[in-house]
Amino acid sequence: MLKYIGKRLLMMIPVIIGVIFIIFTIMELTPGDPVMMILGEGAPMEAQEALREEMGLNNPFLVRFAQYVIGAFQGDLGTSYTSNLPVFDEIMSRMPYTLSLATFSICVAVIVGLPIGILSAIKQYSLTDNMTLAISLTITSMPAFFLAMLLMMIFCIKLGWLPMMGLSSPKHYILPVIASASSTTAALLRMTRTTMLEVIRQDYIRTAKAKGATPRGVTYGHALRNALLPVVTVIGTNFGFALGGSIVLEQVFTIPGLGQLMINAIRQKDTPIVMGAVMTTAIFASLINLLVDIIYTYIDPRLASQFTSVKRQVKKA
Amino acid sequence: MSEKLLEIKNLHVMYKTDEDDVYALNGIDLDLDKGETLGLVGETGAGKTTIALSILKLLPERTGFITQGEILFEGRDVVNMKEEEMRMLRGNDISMIFADPMSALNPLHTVGKQIAEVIELHNTGMSHGEIEKKVDEMMELVGIPAERKTEYPHQFSGGMRQRIVIAIALSCTPRLLLADEPTTALDVTIQAQVLKMMDDLKERLNTAMIMITHDLGVVAQICNKVAIIYAGEIVEYGKIEDIYEGERHHPYTVGLFGSIPDITSNAERLTPIDGLMPDPTKPIPGCRFADRCPSCMDICSRKSPGMVNFDGHQIKCFLYESGEEN
Amino acid sequence: MSTATTPTGSTKSRYNAARKKSQWKTIWIRFKKNKLALAGLAVFLLMAVTVLSADLWLDFESGALTMDLANAYQAPSGAHIFGTDQYGRDYFTRVIYGGRISMFVGIATVAVSLTFGGLIGATAAYYGGKVDDILMRCMDVLMAIPSTLLAITIISALGSSMFNMIVAMGVSQVARMARIVRSAVMGVKGQEYIEACRACGTSDARIILRHIFPNAMGPVLVQVTQTVARSVITVASLSFVGLGVSEPTPEWGSMLSFAKTQMRYYPYLSLFPGFAVVMSVMSLTLAGDGLRDAMDPRLRN
Repeated sequence: MLKYIGKRLLMMIPVIIGVIFIIFTIMELTPGDPVMMILGEGAPMEAQEALREEMGLNNPFLVRFAQYVIGAFQGDLGTSYTSNLPVFDEIMSRMPYTLSLATFSICVAVIVGLPIGILSAIKQYSLTDNMTLAISLTITSMPAFFLAMLLMMIFCIKLGWLPMMGLSSPKHYILPVIASASSTTAALLRMTRTTMLEVIRQDYIRTAKAKGATPRGVTYGHALRNALLPVVTVIGTNFGFALGGSIVLEQVFTIPGLGQLMINAIRQKDTPIVMGAVMTTAIFASLINLLVDIIYTYIDPRLASQFTSVKRQVKKA
Repeated sequence: MSEKLLEIKNLHVMYKTDEDDVYALNGIDLDLDKGETLGLVGETGAGKTTIALSILKLLPERTGFITQGEILFEGRDVVNMKEEEMRMLRGNDISMIFADPMSALNPLHTVGKQIAEVIELHNTGMSHGEIEKKVDEMMELVGIPAERKTEYPHQFSGGMRQRIVIAIALSCTPRLLLADEPTTALDVTIQAQVLKMMDDLKERLNTAMIMITHDLGVVAQICNKVAIIYAGEIVEYGKIEDIYEGERHHPYTVGLFGSIPDITSNAERLTPIDGLMPDPTKPIPGCRFADRCPSCMDICSRKSPGMVNFDGHQIKCFLYESGEEN
Repeated sequence: MSTATTPTGSTKSRYNAARKKSQWKTIWIRFKKNKLALAGLAVFLLMAVTVLSADLWLDFESGALTMDLANAYQAPSGAHIFGTDQYGRDYFTRVIYGGRISMFVGIATVAVSLTFGGLIGATAAYYGGKVDDILMRCMDVLMAIPSTLLAITIISALGSSMFNMIVAMGVSQVARMARIVRSAVMGVKGQEYIEACRACGTSDARIILRHIFPNAMGPVLVQVTQTVARSVITVASLSFVGLGVSEPTPEWGSMLSFAKTQMRYYPYLSLFPGFAVVMSVMSLTLAGDGLRDAMDPRLRN
């Protein structure tokens, strides 16, 4: 199993390099000269040339790319054009907000989405089921920022119960987490319901019923675990969405996270920050996906036994 | 108090789907004594599995309904039985072996756990150790080493999985075993092994069995009684000798026997039955087999024939009902 | 069905064409039975007609662009059923014309992603082996970047404009589209009539265009409706953070961005464009779900 995780981690490296390549290439298209950005219009030519040389901007594209990759693996993502601080430090100071928001919202989505999805499947076509589906459809049709605005209008402006901006106290987390969790919750709920309904029709469920198992035993002992397998994958992909979506939500709630850093950097054409932020997010999303894959192999013995049989073969050899 | 273990009277089952209503069973009468083995023979889609599922009341929810008729197990009315009572019956008094061993086992539980589950459900007082002992015993009984109980279904071959399914079905020594084509998904060599094993176990545990199959060879091997079923109706019913050696037969039975290769006859070609089963979504006024019947008469498409009884050998055909027409 | 002992390409494809026609018909019959899906389709068509015919009964210049500061922030009334905005422009006209942008960008995004994703996916599936491996590994890399994030990155490099937004969103959906097309084509490719065509020496291009393409349409069409729906949300989100369409062009996201600053005093400014987004996305989703269920009734629950 450890071997498998190691292998998967190694396989992530080319993906990360690919991601850096894509982002590096895109950023190459940015108009404007970074040297001008830093030194300002009308700086002496020698100073410009010296800085250009120092930043390695005269090197060919591939060399700069290679240098960036090597730097990236050592935690060096360059220096911000505007603040002159290392990009890595800038990102790390913002990361906690974004990550905690994404993590909380995924947790909320699992805690709320899973049980309701199961209930909805068990009581298919009932009033509860139809209501749940209607609500989740409305939520998935709503941009998260608009839901956030609605929530603010109700809870902050009308009722005055909750603060509108920042993330400075637990109370501040409530609305952002709800806004960011809602679409994941809806997606998770629908997925749980669908897979539950699919699993309930399987032959082994009939076998369990033929044994005389109670409906409870059938649902929780047999159906749920099988239904969870695809749901786990959805959790993984939605973590990526939550990270991406936080860019917009942080704007709504004025949260000093990675998204806000990025939007400001885009406005100021601070390329190293944009690049670093996108890359970090992409890497986090991939890591979560890897984690999900590993969890998956623990839940599904069909996958787990692949590794044990490999081990056996290795032992024999 | 009846001596009969199982009695089915005039059973009608319907499947309601979005598009159509399917009349799956149209008045089935069956009975079975203790320790007896009944073969249910017919084409795919004739309604054999539906009979078994009706007995266990496991018809697909929201689509399958018993619309008419009675099912009595040891004199108790199954059709109107409460779910809790029904659960005590399932797996304990009546158990079922499903057709496809590849999908009948839960892929996420070890086979040992799946056998243990049924024992646990019906022997609440049993200690953990006793259950484990019983699981080992059952695995050995079906010829699988007990130490493999910690493995998962995907680690077993099809024949092995079918043995597990059989072990689950027999764990609580049921009085009635419903075997739904237990061997069709298996290789011919494995088929023979599994059949022999089932026959031995049935003898040993004195279990009555309904053997669902379209394989007449299997029937000849282990059944006492045979019901030939066609389009949701029993067309011929009798003791094994009646069916295999009797003089009189339903034309469908004749066709059925004509479509299996026989090494002893000189026929150069198989004689399959022409045509397909009638559309089960439409009620038919006459005999359901009329369209395909080589001895079809005028009356056959107008009126449904009744059962004619020759000392327990029953045939549902106008060929034997002549004279009673009016 | 073993009667056709010599399956020639032409008889097979004729058989195939006949089957396809009735297949679309049955899909439509099943779709019609689904009241919600039908309602979704009706609402969407209604919105599309309203938005597209706007020039005939609304005046874009005077209604959506001309400022009339004396009449700013008028609450909804008979004269302005959605009220007026901060510059006194008719909010109803702006919401309607905002729909044009969303719909145009949504459809253009799908066009971009379907063209490139379709090409990549179909090539990968059809040639298989190394080609498939390399192309799909590249798509994996692209998928590793959350799509909103990728779109934002591209826009940040190219600058914010409608054209760049379409490019950015199109590119960020390419990988997903390529995967769907690939699996759809793989499914069809395995079928026997394709083998039969190949045995008859039909050219690759002809097989792809005449046989694989029409049969792989189903899942792709479902994905297309979903992508349009998602794009409507993304357009609004990008404009909301100032990376999409900006003033004075009316667009739902940028209208909401301003409306947010006035949420306390003029909530109607937020509600109208917001619910316009919700309505268009919901109708598309319902229609798309209905289509999926109609295509494969087995999946229906």
